[in-house]
Amino acid sequence: MLTDNCVACHGENGQSLGPAIPNLGGMSQTYLLGAMLAFKYEDSNKLMAAIKSDSDFKDVNPLIRNSTVMTTIAKGYTVSEIKAIANYFSDQKLFTAPQDVNLSLASDGRKLHEKYCVSCHKNNGKSSNVDAGVLVGQWKPYFLWTMSDYLDGSREMPRAMEVLVNDMIATSGVESLQQLANYYASATP
Amino acid sequence: MIKNLQRRNFIRLGSASLLIGAASVSLPNIVRGAQKKVVVIGGGAGGAIAAKYIKKSDSSIDVTLIESNKTYHTCFMSNEVIGGGREIGSLNHDYRGLKKRGINIIYGKATAVDVEKNTVVTGMGDKFEYDRLVVSPGISLKTEDIEGYDDTAASVMPHAWKAGVQTGLLRRQLLEMDDGGLVIVAPPANPFRCPPGPYERVCQIAHYLKNHKPKSKILVIDSNDEFSKQALFMQGWEARYKGMIDWVPGTDTGGGVTSVDSAKMTVSTDFDDFNADVANVIPPQQAGEIAQQAGLADKSGWCPVDLGTFESKIHAGIHVIGDASIATGMPKSAYAANSQAKVCAAAIVASLNNTEILEPSYVNTCYSLVAPDYGISIAAVYRLSKDRSEIKSVSGGLTASDASPETLRREVQYAYSWYNNIVADMFT
Repeated sequence: MLTDNCVACHGENGQSLGPAIPNLGGMSQTYLLGAMLAFKYEDSNKLMAAIKSDSDFKDVNPLIRNSTVMTTIAKGYTVSEIKAIANYFSDQKLFTAPQDVNLSLASDGRKLHEKYCVSCHKNNGKSSNVDAGVLVGQWKPYFLWTMSDYLDGSREMPRAMEVLVNDMIATSGVESLQQLANYYASATP
Repeated sequence: MIKNLQRRNFIRLGSASLLIGAASVSLPNIVRGAQKKVVVIGGGAGGAIAAKYIKKSDSSIDVTLIESNKTYHTCFMSNEVIGGGREIGSLNHDYRGLKKRGINIIYGKATAVDVEKNTVVTGMGDKFEYDRLVVSPGISLKTEDIEGYDDTAASVMPHAWKAGVQTGLLRRQLLEMDDGGLVIVAPPANPFRCPPGPYERVCQIAHYLKNHKPKSKILVIDSNDEFSKQALFMQGWEARYKGMIDWVPGTDTGGGVTSVDSAKMTVSTDFDDFNADVANVIPPQQAGEIAQQAGLADKSGWCPVDLGTFESKIHAGIHVIGDASIATGMPKSAYAANSQAKVCAAAIVASLNNTEILEPSYVNTCYSLVAPDYGISIAAVYRLSKDRSEIKSVSGGLTASDASPETLRREVQYAYSWYNNIVADMFT
């Protein structure tokens, strides 16, 4: 019943038909919990306190994130409901969103992924003990907006990621983001 | 007059179809061991979802959806057609997906409900038995409340409040209007379908005029003194359509438009007459016709229901969802109808299977497009209040008034994503 309300925006089984609302199906439980808790609490200290108070959240990385409607929506749910929602979507299948892909950009993106991203986003980010989001098959606008939010500080990056992303942009330029977006959009689960 | 005629038809057609009913409906029922039957009237944002989610959670239930149109035009996103940013064909959807799920799709108009015998009759004279009935007819327009607003007037001063022909008509009138013309938009008295709709429409018309007929003006003669997302809309009008839109609240006119003269293109309030080049007159509303005819509406014209199951407070065994229902606390929006349909479906399946009804959960999210790169939204999560008197918002919010241009751009893409996903939820 709870997740029936999510699918009107995020698609059946969390497989979004886009062009921008992200797929949730197959995301790790830890990642989904982190996202919902960050939306719910917004404030860094409150988020930290919520994570510390519940052993189910021990792997969750307390990272602040911005949103449009999700900060409003997440506040409407209790912590146990958020757990149920995270359970549901992490049990669904990964999905490759139907979108146009530039294969030449994707080929460059693959090399970048292997150099900078794969150390955390391995196994497509499917293991439930990782807080990394699933990138495979994700909508390109969503990926690019997320990266732009990371870079302008409206969303908090894990420290290890910050180092790698800064290095990538310094070495390969901002076009590396488009290359990665096309790689992930073209990759299959 | 109309009601009497339909009632006579019901009696006449009812007796003719009784034999058919006995042969084709009742007998297999006995053979299969009383298969439960649900009939859903109306295949829109509420009805399509109710039919799908009942079938999805218990495939043994026989679900029949009765809908007048083989092609359904969504009202949501139809303002973008009026503004020129979307082809009308992109609003079209059909029922093949629901048919594939094993739902019986009947194309026809439900003309009568026999609440004693638990049957629905269509205009073709076919009769459908039900254990539970879901009525999701949307709205009917109280055209009689605006003097002179007859069928002819509606074809000259389109309301475009039911998507399809009317949407195309309003779009064409804007295309044909000369630069420097006056467009009048007249929002109806509350409550009505899609509370932010008239004001999004004003944005979409202004967007078209700004780019193609920049000397033109829009006059909004409102029946009310305030409206949904008002501050955000007014901010958008100021930012993008400065000097083009004049909004007149209801108190300044004694309550908005009371009469029209479509031959003279005059729109009148109690105090003044206005001549329009294009007039979008949106009449006051009430629950759809079949809800009125089945006696499901109260004096207000809308249908009182239990807010946890959407079962009618007037007739047991019949559920009313979406715009037609009095869902105290929720707006009359597509998302609200979607959410209510899921609550209703769960309650019906539980009651047919004698299992416990789960605690309901409701959501509404509604996007409005101010311009192609400027979207705003409102969202809320709701719970049923303890005394069941209200679907109470437990968290709610709007686009921030200081949102960045980037956020406003994203809201548009999220609006499109919402559309694609909610129509897939309805029709696949």
